Amino acid sequence: MSNDGVDNGRRRFLLWSTSAVGAVGAVGIAVPFVKSWSPSARAQAAGAPVEVDVSKLKPGQAIKTEWRGKPIFVIRRSAADVSNLEKIGSLLKDPESSNPAQQPTYVDKVKRSIKDDVMVVVGICTHLGCVPQQKEQVEPAIGGGFFCPCHGSKFDLAGRVLAGVPASDNLEVPPYTYLSDSVILIGVDKGAA
Amino acid sequence: MTRTQQLIGWIDDRFPLTKVWNEHLAEYYAPKNFNFWYFFGSLALLVLVNQLLTGIWLTMHYNPSAEGAYESVEYIMRDVPYGWLLRYMHSTGASAFFIVVYLHMFRGMIYGSYRKPRELVWLFGMVIFVLLMAEAFMGYLLPWGNMSYWGAQVIINLFSAVPVYGDELVTWIRGDFLISGATLNRFFALHVVALPIALLLMVFLHIVALHAVGSNNPDGVEIKKLKDDKGIPLDGIPFHPYYTVKDIVGVAGFLFFFCMIIFFFPDGGGFFLEPPNFTPANNLKTPEHIAPVWYFTPFYSVLRAVPDKDLGVVAMGLSLVILFFLPWLDRSPVKSIRYKGPIFKLALALFVISFFILGYLGMKAPTPGRTVMAQITTAYYFFFFFPFLPFYHKFDKTKPVPERVTD
Repeated sequence: MSNDGVDNGRRRFLLWSTSAVGAVGAVGIAVPFVKSWSPSARAQAAGAPVEVDVSKLKPGQAIKTEWRGKPIFVIRRSAADVSNLEKIGSLLKDPESSNPAQQPTYVDKVKRSIKDDVMVVVGICTHLGCVPQQKEQVEPAIGGGFFCPCHGSKFDLAGRVLAGVPASDNLEVPPYTYLSDSVILIGVDKGAA
Repeated sequence: MTRTQQLIGWIDDRFPLTKVWNEHLAEYYAPKNFNFWYFFGSLALLVLVNQLLTGIWLTMHYNPSAEGAYESVEYIMRDVPYGWLLRYMHSTGASAFFIVVYLHMFRGMIYGSYRKPRELVWLFGMVIFVLLMAEAFMGYLLPWGNMSYWGAQVIINLFSAVPVYGDELVTWIRGDFLISGATLNRFFALHVVALPIALLLMVFLHIVALHAVGSNNPDGVEIKKLKDDKGIPLDGIPFHPYYTVKDIVGVAGFLFFFCMIIFFFPDGGGFFLEPPNFTPANNLKTPEHIAPVWYFTPFYSVLRAVPDKDLGVVAMGLSLVILFFLPWLDRSPVKSIRYKGPIFKLALALFVISFFILGYLGMKAPTPGRTVMAQITTAYYFFFFFPFLPFYHKFDKTKPVPERVTD
Protein backbone atom coordinates (compact mmCIF):
# COMPACT_ATOMS: atom_id res chain seq x y z
CA MET A 1 0.00 0.00 0.00
CA SER A 2 1.35 3.39 -0.90
CA ASN A 3 1.15 6.45 1.26
CA ASP A 4 1.21 8.77 -1.74
CA GLY A 5 -1.57 11.29 -1.84
CA VAL A 6 -2.67 10.62 1.75
CA ASP A 7 -4.71 13.48 3.14
CA ASN A 8 -3.18 13.70 6.64
CA GLY A 9 -5.49 16.49 7.72
CA ARG A 10 -8.49 14.32 6.86
CA ARG A 11 -6.97 11.35 8.74
CA ARG A 12 -6.34 13.49 11.83
CA PHE A 13 -9.89 14.82 11.70
CA LEU A 14 -11.31 11.31 11.47
CA LEU A 15 -9.10 10.09 14.31
CA TRP A 16 -10.10 12.89 16.68
CA SER A 17 -13.78 12.98 15.74
CA THR A 18 -14.06 9.19 16.18
CA SER A 19 -12.26 9.42 19.54
CA ALA A 20 -14.50 12.27 20.68
CA VAL A 21 -17.71 10.45 19.73
CA GLY A 22 -16.36 7.32 21.40
CA ALA A 23 -15.54 9.24 24.59
CA VAL A 24 -19.04 10.72 24.73
CA GLY A 25 -20.45 7.24 24.29
CA ALA A 26 -18.22 5.88 27.06
CA VAL A 27 -19.38 8.58 29.47
CA GLY A 28 -23.00 7.94 28.46
CA ILE A 29 -22.81 4.21 29.06
CA ALA A 30 -21.09 4.82 32.43
CA VAL A 31 -24.13 6.75 33.71
CA PRO A 32 -26.45 3.76 34.29
CA PHE A 33 -23.62 1.81 35.94
CA VAL A 34 -22.80 4.66 38.34
CA LYS A 35 -26.41 5.69 39.00
CA SER A 36 -27.55 2.15 39.74
CA TRP A 37 -25.52 2.36 42.97
CA SER A 38 -27.71 5.19 44.35
CA PRO A 39 -30.50 4.29 46.82
CA SER A 40 -33.40 2.63 44.99
CA ALA A 41 -36.92 4.08 44.96
CA ARG A 42 -37.89 1.46 47.54
CA ALA A 43 -35.06 2.47 49.87
CA GLN A 44 -36.00 6.13 49.52
CA ALA A 45 -39.66 5.42 50.31
CA ALA A 46 -38.84 3.54 53.54
CA GLY A 47 -38.32 6.72 55.58
CA ALA A 48 -41.71 7.38 57.21
CA PRO A 49 -41.81 9.58 60.38
CA VAL A 50 -41.91 7.91 63.82
CA GLU A 51 -44.00 8.88 66.89
CA VAL A 52 -42.55 8.76 70.41
CA ASP A 53 -44.57 9.23 73.62
CA VAL A 54 -42.36 10.84 76.29
CA SER A 55 -45.00 11.15 79.05
CA LYS A 56 -43.57 8.24 81.07
CA LEU A 57 -39.93 9.22 80.54
CA LYS A 58 -38.30 10.16 83.87
CA PRO A 59 -35.19 12.38 84.17
CA GLY A 60 -32.11 10.41 83.21
CA GLN A 61 -34.10 7.81 81.25
CA ALA A 62 -33.86 7.24 77.52
CA ILE A 63 -36.09 5.85 74.78
CA LYS A 64 -34.29 4.34 71.81
CA THR A 65 -36.24 4.15 68.58
CA GLU A 66 -35.49 3.85 64.87
CA TRP A 67 -36.06 6.28 62.02
CA ARG A 68 -34.83 5.53 58.48
CA GLY A 69 -32.92 2.62 59.98
CA LYS A 70 -30.95 4.94 62.22
CA PRO A 71 -31.08 4.72 66.02
CA ILE A 72 -32.75 7.77 67.64
CA PHE A 73 -32.16 8.60 71.31
CA VAL A 74 -34.90 10.48 73.18
CA ILE A 75 -33.63 11.45 76.65
CA ARG A 76 -35.16 13.48 79.45
CA ARG A 77 -32.56 15.71 81.11
CA SER A 78 -32.83 16.91 84.72
CA ALA A 79 -32.80 20.66 85.48
CA ALA A 80 -29.24 20.24 86.79
CA ASP A 81 -28.16 18.59 83.52
CA VAL A 82 -29.62 21.46 81.52
CA SER A 83 -27.98 24.19 83.60
CA ASN A 84 -24.67 22.32 83.36
CA LEU A 85 -24.78 22.56 79.55
CA GLU A 86 -24.21 26.31 79.74
CA LYS A 87 -21.06 25.95 81.87
CA ILE A 88 -18.96 23.43 79.94
CA GLY A 89 -18.67 25.28 76.61
CA SER A 90 -14.89 25.65 76.92
CA LEU A 91 -14.43 21.84 76.89
CA LEU A 92 -16.29 21.42 73.58
CA LYS A 93 -15.34 21.76 69.92
CA ASP A 94 -18.58 23.43 68.83
CA PRO A 95 -20.53 24.61 71.92
CA GLU A 96 -22.76 27.00 69.97
CA SER A 97 -23.82 24.51 67.24
CA SER A 98 -22.23 26.53 64.46
CA ASN A 99 -22.44 23.75 61.85
CA PRO A 100 -25.95 24.14 60.35
CA ALA A 101 -25.94 20.59 58.92
CA GLN A 102 -26.07 19.00 62.39
CA GLN A 103 -29.41 20.38 63.68
CA PRO A 104 -32.57 22.11 62.45
CA THR A 105 -32.76 25.89 62.85
CA TYR A 106 -35.59 25.76 65.41
CA VAL A 107 -33.64 24.07 68.22
CA ASP A 108 -31.73 26.03 70.88
CA LYS A 109 -28.07 26.45 69.92
CA VAL A 110 -26.72 25.33 73.30
CA LYS A 111 -29.32 22.84 74.55
CA ARG A 112 -29.95 21.56 71.00
CA SER A 113 -33.62 20.77 71.70
CA ILE A 114 -37.05 22.34 71.29
CA LYS A 115 -37.92 21.90 74.98
CA ASP A 116 -35.12 22.17 77.54
CA ASP A 117 -35.68 18.83 79.20
CA VAL A 118 -36.26 16.45 76.25
CA MET A 119 -33.36 15.86 73.91
CA VAL A 120 -33.67 14.06 70.56
CA VAL A 121 -30.51 13.02 68.68
CA VAL A 122 -29.51 10.54 66.00
CA GLY A 123 -27.49 7.90 67.83
CA ILE A 124 -24.77 7.66 65.22
CA CYS A 125 -21.28 8.88 66.00
CA THR A 126 -20.25 11.64 63.59
CA HIS A 127 -16.77 10.11 63.41
CA LEU A 128 -17.37 6.83 61.63
CA GLY A 129 -20.94 5.87 62.33
CA CYS A 130 -20.96 3.60 65.39
CA VAL A 131 -23.73 3.85 67.99
CA PRO A 132 -22.46 5.74 71.07
CA GLN A 133 -23.35 4.44 74.53
CA GLN A 134 -25.07 6.67 77.09
CA LYS A 135 -22.92 7.10 80.21
CA GLU A 136 -23.75 8.58 83.62
CA GLN A 137 -20.39 10.28 83.44
CA VAL A 138 -18.22 10.61 80.31
CA GLU A 139 -15.72 12.87 82.03
CA PRO A 140 -15.73 14.30 85.57
CA ALA A 141 -16.03 17.89 84.31
CA ILE A 142 -18.79 17.06 81.82
CA GLY A 143 -21.11 14.72 83.70
CA GLY A 144 -23.54 12.59 81.70
CA GLY A 145 -23.21 12.10 77.96
CA PHE A 146 -22.24 9.62 75.28
CA PHE A 147 -19.15 7.54 74.66
CA CYS A 148 -18.43 5.89 71.31
CA PRO A 149 -16.81 2.46 71.81
CA CYS A 150 -15.23 2.42 68.36
CA HIS A 151 -12.76 5.26 68.54
CA GLY A 152 -13.38 6.86 71.92
CA SER A 153 -15.30 9.97 70.84
CA LYS A 154 -17.28 11.66 73.61
CA PHE A 155 -20.37 13.89 73.56
CA ASP A 156 -22.22 15.80 76.27
CA LEU A 157 -25.91 15.51 77.09
CA ALA A 158 -26.78 17.84 74.22
CA GLY A 159 -24.85 15.66 71.77
CA ARG A 160 -22.06 18.25 71.53
CA VAL A 161 -18.63 16.76 70.81
CA LEU A 162 -15.84 17.14 73.36
CA ALA A 163 -12.47 18.60 72.43
CA GLY A 164 -9.62 16.13 71.95
CA VAL A 165 -11.59 13.21 70.48
CA PRO A 166 -11.62 11.90 66.87
CA ALA A 167 -15.15 13.12 65.98
CA SER A 168 -15.31 16.69 64.69
CA ASP A 169 -19.06 17.35 64.58
CA ASN A 170 -21.85 17.34 67.15
CA LEU A 171 -24.35 14.49 67.00
CA GLU A 172 -27.09 15.17 64.47
CA VAL A 173 -30.47 16.37 65.75
CA PRO A 174 -33.17 15.00 63.43
CA PRO A 175 -36.13 17.12 62.32
CA TYR A 176 -38.94 16.65 64.87
CA THR A 177 -42.03 18.34 66.19
CA TYR A 178 -44.39 18.06 69.17
CA LEU A 179 -47.81 16.66 68.23
CA SER A 180 -48.95 17.32 71.83
CA ASP A 181 -47.19 18.07 75.13
CA SER A 182 -45.91 14.53 75.39
CA VAL A 183 -45.86 13.07 71.86
CA ILE A 184 -42.96 13.75 69.50
CA LEU A 185 -43.04 13.07 65.76
CA ILE A 186 -39.54 12.37 64.43
CA GLY A 187 -38.80 12.99 60.75
CA VAL A 188 -41.04 16.02 60.29
CA ASP A 189 -39.99 19.63 60.80
CA LYS A 190 -41.51 21.73 63.58
CA GLY A 191 -44.86 23.16 62.55
CA ALA A 192 -45.00 21.04 59.38
CA ALA A 193 -47.17 18.21 60.77
CA MET B 1 9.22 -39.64 17.96
CA THR B 2 6.87 -40.80 20.68
CA ARG B 3 3.15 -40.07 20.71
CA THR B 4 3.67 -37.50 23.49
CA GLN B 5 6.36 -35.65 21.54
CA GLN B 6 4.10 -35.65 18.52
CA LEU B 7 1.25 -34.18 20.53
CA ILE B 8 3.50 -31.47 22.04
CA GLY B 9 4.83 -30.70 18.58
CA TRP B 10 1.27 -30.37 17.25
CA ILE B 11 0.44 -27.93 20.07
CA ASP B 12 3.71 -25.99 19.70
CA ASP B 13 2.86 -25.30 16.06
CA ARG B 14 -0.32 -23.62 17.24
CA PHE B 15 0.46 -22.31 20.76
CA PRO B 16 3.82 -21.47 22.47
CA LEU B 17 3.52 -24.23 25.08
CA THR B 18 7.17 -25.35 25.27
CA LYS B 19 8.32 -21.74 24.97
CA VAL B 20 6.24 -20.60 27.96
CA TRP B 21 7.25 -23.66 30.01
CA ASN B 22 10.94 -22.99 29.38
CA GLU B 23 10.84 -19.23 29.86
CA HIS B 24 9.01 -19.37 33.16
CA LEU B 25 10.04 -22.69 34.70
CA ALA B 26 12.59 -25.01 33.12
CA GLU B 27 14.91 -22.29 31.83
CA TYR B 28 13.98 -19.49 34.22
CA TYR B 29 17.21 -19.05 36.17
CA ALA B 30 16.74 -17.99 39.78
CA PRO B 31 19.62 -17.20 42.15
CA LYS B 32 20.89 -20.33 43.89
CA ASN B 33 20.92 -18.78 47.36
CA PHE B 34 17.20 -18.45 48.11
CA ASN B 35 16.45 -18.99 51.80
CA PHE B 36 13.43 -19.38 54.08
CA TRP B 37 12.06 -15.93 53.18
CA TYR B 38 11.56 -17.00 49.56
CA PHE B 39 8.77 -19.45 50.38
CA PHE B 40 6.09 -16.80 50.72
CA GLY B 41 5.60 -15.84 47.08
CA SER B 42 4.63 -19.35 46.05
CA LEU B 43 2.65 -19.77 49.28
CA ALA B 44 0.64 -16.65 48.40
CA LEU B 45 -0.22 -18.32 45.10
CA LEU B 46 -1.29 -21.47 46.97
CA VAL B 47 -3.57 -19.47 49.30
CA LEU B 48 -5.02 -17.62 46.31
CA VAL B 49 -5.99 -20.96 44.74
CA ASN B 50 -7.44 -22.06 48.11
CA GLN B 51 -9.55 -18.88 48.32
CA LEU B 52 -10.80 -19.20 44.74
CA LEU B 53 -11.76 -22.86 45.09
CA THR B 54 -13.41 -22.67 48.51
CA GLY B 55 -15.00 -19.34 47.54
CA ILE B 56 -16.65 -20.82 44.47
CA TRP B 57 -17.98 -23.71 46.53
CA LEU B 58 -19.28 -21.41 49.30
CA THR B 59 -21.11 -19.34 46.67
CA MET B 60 -23.08 -22.47 45.77
CA HIS B 61 -24.72 -22.50 49.21
CA TYR B 62 -24.60 -18.86 50.31
CA ASN B 63 -27.65 -16.58 50.03
CA PRO B 64 -26.62 -12.97 49.33
CA SER B 65 -29.50 -11.07 50.97
CA ALA B 66 -29.96 -9.25 54.25
CA GLU B 67 -32.76 -11.69 55.14
CA GLY B 68 -30.92 -14.87 54.27
CA ALA B 69 -27.18 -14.30 54.55
CA TYR B 70 -26.64 -15.02 58.25
CA GLU B 71 -28.97 -18.02 58.15
CA SER B 72 -27.30 -19.44 55.04
CA VAL B 73 -23.86 -19.26 56.67
CA GLU B 74 -25.27 -21.21 59.65
CA TYR B 75 -26.76 -23.64 57.10
CA ILE B 76 -23.32 -24.08 55.51
CA MET B 77 -21.81 -24.70 58.95
CA ARG B 78 -24.45 -27.21 60.14
CA ASP B 79 -26.22 -28.85 57.22
CA VAL B 80 -24.07 -28.73 54.07
CA PRO B 81 -21.77 -31.79 53.92
CA TYR B 82 -18.25 -30.53 54.71
CA GLY B 83 -19.62 -26.99 54.57
CA TRP B 84 -17.89 -26.22 57.88
CA LEU B 85 -14.56 -27.27 56.35
CA LEU B 86 -15.02 -25.18 53.20
CA ARG B 87 -15.94 -22.14 55.27
CA TYR B 88 -13.09 -22.54 57.75
CA MET B 89 -10.64 -23.06 54.87
CA HIS B 90 -11.91 -19.79 53.39
CA SER B 91 -11.97 -17.74 56.62
CA THR B 92 -8.61 -19.10 57.80
CA GLY B 93 -7.31 -18.65 54.26
CA ALA B 94 -8.07 -14.93 54.48
CA SER B 95 -5.86 -14.52 57.56
CA ALA B 96 -3.22 -16.86 56.11
CA PHE B 97 -3.18 -14.72 52.97
CA PHE B 98 -2.24 -11.66 54.98
CA ILE B 99 0.34 -13.49 57.12
CA VAL B 100 2.01 -14.78 53.95
CA VAL B 101 1.78 -11.44 52.14
CA TYR B 102 3.14 -9.45 55.12
CA LEU B 103 6.11 -11.84 55.33
CA HIS B 104 6.57 -11.64 51.54
CA MET B 105 6.65 -7.82 51.76
CA PHE B 106 9.03 -7.91 54.71
CA ARG B 107 11.36 -10.12 52.63
CA GLY B 108 11.33 -7.37 50.01
CA MET B 109 12.20 -4.81 52.67
CA ILE B 110 15.17 -6.66 54.16
CA TYR B 111 16.76 -7.65 50.86
CA GLY B 112 15.89 -4.48 48.93
CA SER B 113 13.89 -6.43 46.36
CA TYR B 114 11.97 -3.29 45.41
CA ARG B 115 15.13 -1.48 44.25
CA LYS B 116 15.98 -0.82 40.61
CA PRO B 117 15.16 -2.61 38.28
CA ARG B 118 12.30 -4.16 40.29
CA GLU B 119 10.22 -1.05 41.02
CA LEU B 120 7.29 -2.27 38.92
CA VAL B 121 7.36 -5.68 40.61
CA TRP B 122 6.92 -3.82 43.91
CA LEU B 123 4.20 -1.51 42.55
CA PHE B 124 2.17 -4.37 41.08
CA GLY B 125 2.62 -6.13 44.41
CA MET B 126 1.34 -3.08 46.31
CA VAL B 127 -1.75 -2.94 44.06
CA ILE B 128 -2.32 -6.62 44.87
CA PHE B 129 -2.02 -5.77 48.59
CA VAL B 130 -4.61 -2.97 48.32
CA LEU B 131 -6.98 -5.16 46.26
CA LEU B 132 -6.53 -7.88 48.86
CA MET B 133 -7.55 -5.47 51.62
CA ALA B 134 -10.66 -4.48 49.65
CA GLU B 135 -11.43 -8.14 48.97
CA ALA B 136 -11.05 -9.09 52.64
CA PHE B 137 -13.09 -6.12 53.83
CA MET B 138 -16.01 -6.88 51.49
CA GLY B 139 -15.84 -10.59 52.25
CA TYR B 140 -16.13 -9.83 55.96
CA LEU B 141 -19.55 -8.19 55.44
CA LEU B 142 -21.02 -11.26 53.76
CA PRO B 143 -21.73 -13.43 56.86
CA TRP B 144 -23.92 -10.49 58.01
CA GLY B 145 -22.87 -10.87 61.64
CA ASN B 146 -22.91 -7.86 63.94
CA MET B 147 -19.16 -7.27 63.57
CA SER B 148 -19.52 -7.55 59.78
CA TYR B 149 -22.17 -4.87 59.91
CA TRP B 150 -20.42 -2.37 62.17
CA GLY B 151 -17.01 -2.97 60.67
CA ALA B 152 -18.45 -2.08 57.26
CA GLN B 153 -20.24 0.93 58.77
CA VAL B 154 -16.94 2.29 60.10
CA ILE B 155 -14.91 1.68 56.95
CA ILE B 156 -17.54 3.02 54.53
CA ASN B 157 -17.88 6.12 56.72
CA LEU B 158 -14.18 6.82 56.12
CA PHE B 159 -15.32 8.20 52.76
CA SER B 160 -17.41 10.86 54.50
CA ALA B 161 -14.10 12.65 55.09
CA VAL B 162 -14.09 13.56 51.37
CA PRO B 163 -14.75 17.31 51.17
CA VAL B 164 -18.20 18.55 50.08
CA TYR B 165 -19.48 15.29 48.55
CA GLY B 166 -18.56 13.03 51.49
CA ASP B 167 -22.06 12.23 52.73
CA GLU B 168 -23.48 11.71 49.24
CA LEU B 169 -20.53 9.48 48.39
CA VAL B 170 -21.18 7.33 51.46
CA THR B 171 -24.87 6.99 50.57
CA TRP B 172 -23.88 6.08 47.01
CA ILE B 173 -21.48 3.37 48.20
CA ARG B 174 -24.09 1.92 50.59
CA GLY B 175 -26.97 2.26 48.13
CA ASP B 176 -29.15 3.16 51.10
CA PHE B 177 -29.27 5.49 54.09
CA LEU B 178 -27.77 2.76 56.23
CA ILE B 179 -25.90 -0.49 55.56
CA SER B 180 -28.59 -2.75 54.14
CA GLY B 181 -29.25 -5.57 51.72
CA ALA B 182 -28.33 -3.24 48.86
CA THR B 183 -24.83 -2.87 50.35
CA LEU B 184 -24.55 -6.61 50.97
CA ASN B 185 -25.46 -7.50 47.38
CA ARG B 186 -23.01 -5.09 45.76
CA PHE B 187 -20.23 -6.22 48.10
CA PHE B 188 -21.04 -9.81 47.15
CA ALA B 189 -20.77 -8.97 43.44
CA LEU B 190 -17.44 -7.18 43.96
CA HIS B 191 -16.09 -9.87 46.29
CA VAL B 192 -16.85 -12.85 44.07
CA VAL B 193 -16.55 -11.40 40.56
CA ALA B 194 -14.91 -8.01 40.08
CA LEU B 195 -12.05 -8.04 42.60
CA PRO B 196 -10.92 -11.64 41.95
CA ILE B 197 -10.62 -10.82 38.22
CA ALA B 198 -8.59 -7.70 39.04
CA LEU B 199 -6.46 -9.69 41.51
CA LEU B 200 -5.68 -12.41 38.98
CA LEU B 201 -4.71 -9.81 36.39
CA MET B 202 -2.37 -8.06 38.85
CA VAL B 203 -0.80 -11.37 39.95
CA PHE B 204 -0.16 -12.12 36.26
CA LEU B 205 1.51 -8.72 35.77
CA HIS B 206 3.52 -9.13 39.02
CA ILE B 207 4.96 -12.42 37.74
CA VAL B 208 5.53 -11.17 34.17
CA ALA B 209 7.46 -8.18 35.54
CA LEU B 210 9.43 -10.40 37.93
CA HIS B 211 10.41 -12.88 35.22
CA ALA B 212 11.48 -10.05 32.90
CA VAL B 213 13.98 -8.61 35.42
CA GLY B 214 14.76 -11.84 37.33
CA SER B 215 14.53 -12.50 41.06
CA ASN B 216 16.56 -10.62 43.65
CA ASN B 217 18.31 -12.68 46.34
CA PRO B 218 19.50 -12.42 49.97
CA ASP B 219 22.79 -10.86 48.86
CA GLY B 220 21.09 -8.28 46.65
CA VAL B 221 23.56 -8.86 43.78
CA GLU B 222 22.47 -9.11 40.15
CA ILE B 223 23.16 -12.65 38.94
CA LYS B 224 22.65 -11.57 35.33
CA LYS B 225 25.95 -9.64 35.41
CA LEU B 226 28.05 -12.82 35.29
CA LYS B 227 27.02 -15.44 32.75
CA ASP B 228 28.70 -18.55 31.33
CA ASP B 229 29.38 -19.03 27.60
CA LYS B 230 25.78 -20.25 27.05
CA GLY B 231 24.40 -17.06 28.53
CA ILE B 232 23.24 -18.76 31.72
CA PRO B 233 23.89 -16.80 34.96
CA LEU B 234 26.76 -18.42 36.90
CA ASP B 235 24.77 -18.20 40.13
CA GLY B 236 21.44 -19.22 38.59
CA ILE B 237 19.64 -22.54 38.77
CA PRO B 238 16.49 -23.47 36.80
CA PHE B 239 13.34 -22.70 38.76
CA HIS B 240 12.06 -26.13 37.84
CA PRO B 241 12.97 -28.60 39.27
CA TYR B 242 15.11 -26.90 41.93
CA TYR B 243 12.74 -24.34 43.39
CA THR B 244 9.50 -26.17 42.61
CA VAL B 245 10.82 -28.98 44.82
CA LYS B 246 12.04 -26.55 47.50
CA ASP B 247 8.63 -24.85 47.49
CA ILE B 248 6.92 -28.20 48.10
CA VAL B 249 8.76 -28.31 51.44
CA GLY B 250 7.40 -24.83 52.18
CA VAL B 251 3.91 -25.95 51.22
CA ALA B 252 4.13 -28.95 53.55
CA GLY B 253 5.26 -26.74 56.44
CA PHE B 254 2.56 -24.18 55.70
CA LEU B 255 -0.20 -26.79 55.46
CA PHE B 256 0.84 -28.20 58.83
CA PHE B 257 0.02 -24.88 60.53
CA PHE B 258 -2.93 -24.13 58.25
CA CYS B 259 -4.63 -27.45 59.02
CA MET B 260 -3.87 -27.10 62.72
CA ILE B 261 -5.82 -23.83 62.78
CA ILE B 262 -8.69 -25.12 60.62
CA PHE B 263 -9.23 -28.22 62.74
CA PHE B 264 -8.36 -27.06 66.24
CA PHE B 265 -8.66 -23.23 66.40
CA PRO B 266 -10.96 -22.32 63.49
CA ASP B 267 -11.79 -18.88 64.93
CA GLY B 268 -8.07 -18.26 65.52
CA GLY B 269 -8.76 -17.46 69.19
CA GLY B 270 -11.07 -14.59 68.15
CA PHE B 271 -8.48 -13.13 65.80
CA PHE B 272 -9.67 -14.73 62.54
CA LEU B 273 -13.40 -14.78 63.34
CA GLU B 274 -14.42 -12.23 65.97
CA PRO B 275 -16.89 -13.26 68.71
CA PRO B 276 -19.57 -10.57 67.93
CA ASN B 277 -19.86 -12.01 64.43
CA PHE B 278 -21.63 -15.04 65.86
CA THR B 279 -24.72 -12.84 66.40
CA PRO B 280 -26.73 -11.49 63.44
CA ALA B 281 -26.30 -7.92 62.22
CA ASN B 282 -28.26 -5.37 64.30
CA ASN B 283 -28.47 -1.83 62.98
CA LEU B 284 -29.35 -0.43 66.43
CA LYS B 285 -26.61 -2.00 68.50
CA THR B 286 -22.89 -1.52 68.02
CA PRO B 287 -20.85 -4.34 69.63
CA GLU B 288 -19.42 -3.34 73.03
CA HIS B 289 -15.95 -3.25 71.58
CA ILE B 290 -15.51 -2.92 67.84
CA ALA B 291 -12.24 -3.78 66.14
CA PRO B 292 -11.34 -4.79 62.61
CA VAL B 293 -9.78 -8.17 61.86
CA TRP B 294 -6.12 -8.30 62.91
CA TYR B 295 -4.64 -7.62 59.46
CA PHE B 296 -6.19 -4.14 59.33
CA THR B 297 -5.37 -3.10 62.89
CA PRO B 298 -1.98 -1.40 62.31
CA PHE B 299 -3.56 1.00 59.80
CA TYR B 300 -6.67 1.36 61.96
CA SER B 301 -4.44 2.45 64.87
CA VAL B 302 -3.00 5.21 62.71
CA LEU B 303 -6.57 6.39 62.04
CA ARG B 304 -7.38 6.50 65.74
CA ALA B 305 -4.12 8.13 66.77
CA VAL B 306 -5.08 11.42 65.13
CA PRO B 307 -7.67 13.40 67.15
CA ASP B 308 -9.39 14.79 64.04
CA LYS B 309 -11.61 12.84 61.68
CA ASP B 310 -10.40 14.18 58.33
CA LEU B 311 -6.73 14.22 59.29
CA GLY B 312 -7.06 10.73 60.75
CA VAL B 313 -8.38 9.38 57.46
CA VAL B 314 -5.61 11.22 55.59
CA ALA B 315 -2.96 9.74 57.92
CA MET B 316 -4.31 6.24 57.46
CA GLY B 317 -4.39 6.64 53.68
CA LEU B 318 -0.87 8.04 53.74
CA SER B 319 0.42 5.11 55.83
CA LEU B 320 -0.62 2.86 52.94
CA VAL B 321 0.33 5.19 50.06
CA ILE B 322 3.84 5.75 51.39
CA LEU B 323 4.59 2.05 50.87
CA PHE B 324 4.18 2.56 47.12
CA PHE B 325 7.13 4.98 47.16
CA LEU B 326 9.52 2.61 48.92
CA PRO B 327 11.64 1.97 45.77
CA TRP B 328 12.43 5.67 45.52
CA LEU B 329 12.72 6.43 49.23
CA ASP B 330 15.51 3.95 49.97
CA ARG B 331 18.72 5.41 48.54
CA SER B 332 21.32 3.20 50.20
CA PRO B 333 24.19 2.13 47.89
CA VAL B 334 23.51 -1.53 48.85
CA LYS B 335 20.28 -3.49 48.56
CA SER B 336 20.48 -6.26 51.12
CA ILE B 337 20.39 -5.89 54.88
CA ARG B 338 23.45 -8.18 54.92
CA TYR B 339 25.62 -5.31 53.74
CA LYS B 340 23.80 -2.44 55.41
CA GLY B 341 25.07 -0.91 58.62
CA PRO B 342 23.82 -1.04 62.23
CA ILE B 343 21.73 2.15 61.97
CA PHE B 344 19.46 0.59 59.34
CA LYS B 345 19.19 -2.67 61.25
CA LEU B 346 18.16 -0.84 64.41
CA ALA B 347 15.69 1.38 62.54
CA LEU B 348 14.11 -1.61 60.77
CA ALA B 349 13.80 -3.51 64.07
CA LEU B 350 12.05 -0.49 65.61
CA PHE B 351 9.80 -0.29 62.56
CA VAL B 352 8.74 -3.91 62.97
CA ILE B 353 8.14 -3.36 66.71
CA SER B 354 6.09 -0.22 65.96
CA PHE B 355 4.04 -2.10 63.38
CA PHE B 356 3.29 -4.86 65.90
CA ILE B 357 2.42 -2.33 68.63
CA LEU B 358 0.10 -0.50 66.22
CA GLY B 359 -1.50 -3.83 65.33
CA TYR B 360 -1.99 -4.68 69.01
CA LEU B 361 -3.42 -1.26 69.88
CA GLY B 362 -5.87 -1.47 66.97
CA MET B 363 -7.49 -4.50 68.58
CA LYS B 364 -7.90 -2.82 71.96
CA ALA B 365 -10.39 -0.23 73.18
CA PRO B 366 -8.89 3.26 73.19
CA THR B 367 -7.62 4.67 76.50
CA PRO B 368 -5.60 7.90 76.94
CA GLY B 369 -2.38 5.91 77.54
CA ARG B 370 -2.91 3.70 74.50
CA THR B 371 -3.68 6.73 72.34
CA VAL B 372 -0.34 8.31 73.28
CA MET B 373 1.38 4.99 72.50
CA ALA B 374 -0.38 4.88 69.11
CA GLN B 375 0.72 8.45 68.42
CA ILE B 376 4.37 7.65 69.20
CA THR B 377 4.40 4.51 67.05
CA THR B 378 2.53 6.26 64.23
CA ALA B 379 5.09 9.06 64.28
CA TYR B 380 7.88 6.49 64.10
CA TYR B 381 6.13 4.61 61.26
CA PHE B 382 6.21 7.77 59.15
CA PHE B 383 9.67 8.80 60.37
CA PHE B 384 11.05 5.48 59.09
CA PHE B 385 9.88 6.18 55.54
CA PHE B 386 10.64 9.88 55.67
CA PRO B 387 13.10 11.37 56.46
CA PHE B 388 14.96 8.24 57.63
CA LEU B 389 14.99 6.10 54.46
CA PRO B 390 16.21 8.74 51.97
CA PHE B 391 19.01 10.02 54.21
CA TYR B 392 20.29 7.26 56.53
CA HIS B 393 22.95 6.10 54.08
CA LYS B 394 24.84 9.32 54.76
CA PHE B 395 25.47 8.18 58.32
CA ASP B 396 25.33 4.39 58.05
CA LYS B 397 28.40 2.28 57.31
CA THR B 398 27.84 -0.31 54.59
CA LYS B 399 29.95 -3.41 54.05
CA PRO B 400 31.44 -4.26 50.64
CA VAL B 401 29.05 -6.24 48.43
CA PRO B 402 30.56 -9.42 46.88
CA GLU B 403 30.62 -9.98 43.10
CA ARG B 404 28.72 -13.25 43.38
CA VAL B 405 26.16 -14.65 45.77
CA THR B 406 27.43 -16.24 48.98
CA ASP B 407 26.41 -19.70 50.17
